[in-house]
Amino acid sequence: MKEMSRIVKTVTNFVYGFIIIFGFYIIAHGHLTPGGGFQGGAVVGSAFALLLISYGSLNSKKFLKKDILSLFEGFGLILFIVLGFSGLGITFFYNFLANSGGWFGNAAVIGVNPGNMNTGGVIPLMNIAVGLEVLSAFGVIVLTMASAAEFTKKKENS
Amino acid sequence: MSSFVEIIHISTLIMMIIAGFLAVIFKKLLPSIIALTVASLLLSLEFYILHAPDVAIAEAAIGAGLTMAIFIFAIRGTR
Repeated sequence: MKEMSRIVKTVTNFVYGFIIIFGFYIIAHGHLTPGGGFQGGAVVGSAFALLLISYGSLNSKKFLKKDILSLFEGFGLILFIVLGFSGLGITFFYNFLANSGGWFGNAAVIGVNPGNMNTGGVIPLMNIAVGLEVLSAFGVIVLTMASAAEFTKKKENS
Repeated sequence: MSSFVEIIHISTLIMMIIAGFLAVIFKKLLPSIIALTVASLLLSLEFYILHAPDVAIAEAAIGAGLTMAIFIFAIRGTR
């Protein structure tokens, strides 16, 4: 697929990393601020789409590999269902890490406070799992669309 | 205070309608897609004004980012 003009490529070089870091920020702060796993993953997926549009699918093949993204997707789904089954001693999806004092288990402070990242128990881990899954699923969708468009173009020209 | 919010609502919706008409009117395909993306982005601003920031983030990422990417891939496939 043909790449776009020099202006688009320069703006992509400036903006690409910031979009990805903003997406991971939305994923990591999902239990405190608006957003969560799905929204952050969609933001990172749109960054992948930006890279693939501006540089073309042939030049960006060494940054985005379909096998690695598919592996991340399976890992995210397995992490989510393992976290769901881990609280099965009481109920399904039981929040067994909340208020335990350990990892992600601080007690939530009532009132005005600057915000503690380590509350929420198992919910940040589930946000990370859903974010990983949605990120790689959107990456695979965009890569498949790009290669399918290239394939149909080549087939119609021949 | 209420009238200010209503003015922002009405102007956002009018700009959305104008962007939708432009998406139909344009003869070339790439400006038409960009007008459709502007309509989707203004819809995300409208969601944010209506106190739904979650839906606004999802709309801005999917409706304005990924939909435009997939339409551009489709156009490049047909050319």
